[in-house]
Amino acid sequence: MNHSPSVIEFRKVTKRFGDVVAVADNDLAVKAGEFLSILGPSGCGKTTSLRMMAGFEQPSSGEVFIRGENVTGVPAYRRPVNMVFQHYALFPHLSVADNVSYGLRQRNPKPARAEIDRAVDEALAMVRLEGYGKRRSYELSGGQQQRVALARALINRPAVLLLDEPLAALDRKLRRDMQIELQNLQRDVGITFLLVTHDQEEALSMSDRVCVMREGRIVQTGSPRELYDQPVNRYVADFVGKTNFFSGPTGAEVLSIRPEQIEIAANVNALPEGLMARLPVKVLNRIFLGEHTEYVVASDKLGEFMVMAPRKSEREAGVYDIGDMIAAGWRAEAERILPNT
Amino acid sequence: MLRAYAICVYIFLYLPITMIVFFSFNAGKYAMAWEGFSVFWYGKAFSNPLIMGALRTSVIIALSTAILSAIIGTLTALGLERLKGWLRITFDALIYIAIMVPGIVIGISTLIAFVSVFDLVNPSLAGLGIKLQMGTWAVIAAHVLFNIAVVALLVRARLQGMDRSLVDASEDLYATPLGTFRQVVLPLLAPSILAGFLLAFTFSFEDFIIAYFVSGPDTTLPIYIFSSIRRGVTPEINAVGSVVLLTSFVLLIIAQAVLRRGEKTARAS
Ligand SMILES: Nc1ncnc2c1ncn2[C@@H]1O[C@H](COP(=O)(O)OP(=O)(O)OP(=O)(O)O)[C@@H](O)[C@H]1O
Ligand SMILES: [Mg+2]
Repeated sequence: MNHSPSVIEFRKVTKRFGDVVAVADNDLAVKAGEFLSILGPSGCGKTTSLRMMAGFEQPSSGEVFIRGENVTGVPAYRRPVNMVFQHYALFPHLSVADNVSYGLRQRNPKPARAEIDRAVDEALAMVRLEGYGKRRSYELSGGQQQRVALARALINRPAVLLLDEPLAALDRKLRRDMQIELQNLQRDVGITFLLVTHDQEEALSMSDRVCVMREGRIVQTGSPRELYDQPVNRYVADFVGKTNFFSGPTGAEVLSIRPEQIEIAANVNALPEGLMARLPVKVLNRIFLGEHTEYVVASDKLGEFMVMAPRKSEREAGVYDIGDMIAAGWRAEAERILPNT
Repeated sequence: MLRAYAICVYIFLYLPITMIVFFSFNAGKYAMAWEGFSVFWYGKAFSNPLIMGALRTSVIIALSTAILSAIIGTLTALGLERLKGWLRITFDALIYIAIMVPGIVIGISTLIAFVSVFDLVNPSLAGLGIKLQMGTWAVIAAHVLFNIAVVALLVRARLQGMDRSLVDASEDLYATPLGTFRQVVLPLLAPSILAGFLLAFTFSFEDFIIAYFVSGPDTTLPIYIFSSIRRGVTPEINAVGSVVLLTSFVLLIIAQAVLRRGEKTARAS
């Protein structure tokens, strides 16, 4: 066993289902203690990747390493990782406590009753469900079931906790709360979290690093800031945050400018100093988003694009109406030339 | 109008049954002439060694049938779950056909099959002093044949409604495939297996047609009733009939309740 810093690693992993290539030749190394998200649209191979780490699927080619040990071909029940399923997969015939202790009870030799009880109480306390042990899982709300699923996995102190779209089934408000709770939990227990999601906001807000996938391939892995500020291509820029694309000098490249980096003012002269581009534009649409207002504007030269104006400038300069002729501009560093892929 | 019609249908369906139960409490000695309430005939039936012997045979047959059908039927359903493509379609169809085959066909065909087998093996077994013949075991075999299909169908339905990720979750939590079967799959299938067990018991307990063909010298309760009716209906037979009726009725209700409860936990998951 070598002491590689990765807790879990893909080496040239490919998974085919018949003619479908679900995961194509991926290399991925998850560092100990980090919160990594795999982000990508539906069908890009996120769940398949996770299932190969858990051991439910075996790669068609390539190798999987856990804590430096080659586990390719090792079944799920002999891998030191645990998973939180999208619909929680709590056992309906068992109480909450028996669900949570399930992993401990499979150990050989089985821990003593008192030891199991103490661990269950601890795990339930960790997810703020003290006293819920005797309930049945279907008597709990969605958010509570989610926390039982977390306790059931974390009680085993896995090398990595795998989470497959764990928040997708929750409503918006609860999802936001659970995002924060998951982050805190990860920090408290110090266990590596690997979360799969197609929600870019979720991935960016929670993770130390994000791995963007497309059609079975990893396109870019990096911190949320890196992905946002230095996307490797048009696909990542488009997927991570909102952006405007303008066709580049050649068809192989595009110019990307983030909407919040564009300044607007009542006219060209009212724009701040030091901008490289200054254009007259017409307001086509306006969407009030609370702390921001999103404008769609059009210029003769560049066509339509999006501008995100913070609330502060509205109060200073007033709100523009649809049809108004105003001005837009941006600094040189706002422009980013990206491969058009 | 429709209501009156429905009431007529129910009367038509249940009047004979009600009559049997009603006259089983008749104090008089003739089946159809009411002479006052009494449980005399029940006492008489339960002290009749012929009836008690037949009851014992029937219970042994029904219990064995139910146990064997529950086990084999469940294994069949689990096996079918793994099949794919035309093989699965074929075996599915065979199960449905097994359920639809009329009792008389099962009776005749098992009779012929057993007779052929006995003719074939008895000469070689003669040396050991063993002679296979019709009887209790033949009835059990024929009943199991049919009831495997019933149990398999119930368990199949439950398996298909089961969330696959529960099995994944169990293996993810370090349970071996056998451990997962014991701790997750079996408990979730239990209601449908129990319901199948009860249905098989009921079917076997009240079956006359199949038993008539293959019971040989042994007498089951329905066969006893049939043969004594030829000597005229007595309140004693009514009493026996009422007991059979009550047993079947109670078992069917329990089976229904068990299935319902099973579906409730399944939906909750
Ligand atoms: N068991 C399977 N048999 C055949 N094809 C499969 C199987 N599992 C996944 N696939 C295919 O592999 C591809 C990737 O699927 P996967 O479930 O990994 O996507 P995903 O990124 O998790 O999508 P989603 O966001 O919708 O959950 C899809 O085209 C899917 O149809
Ligand atoms: Mg998925």
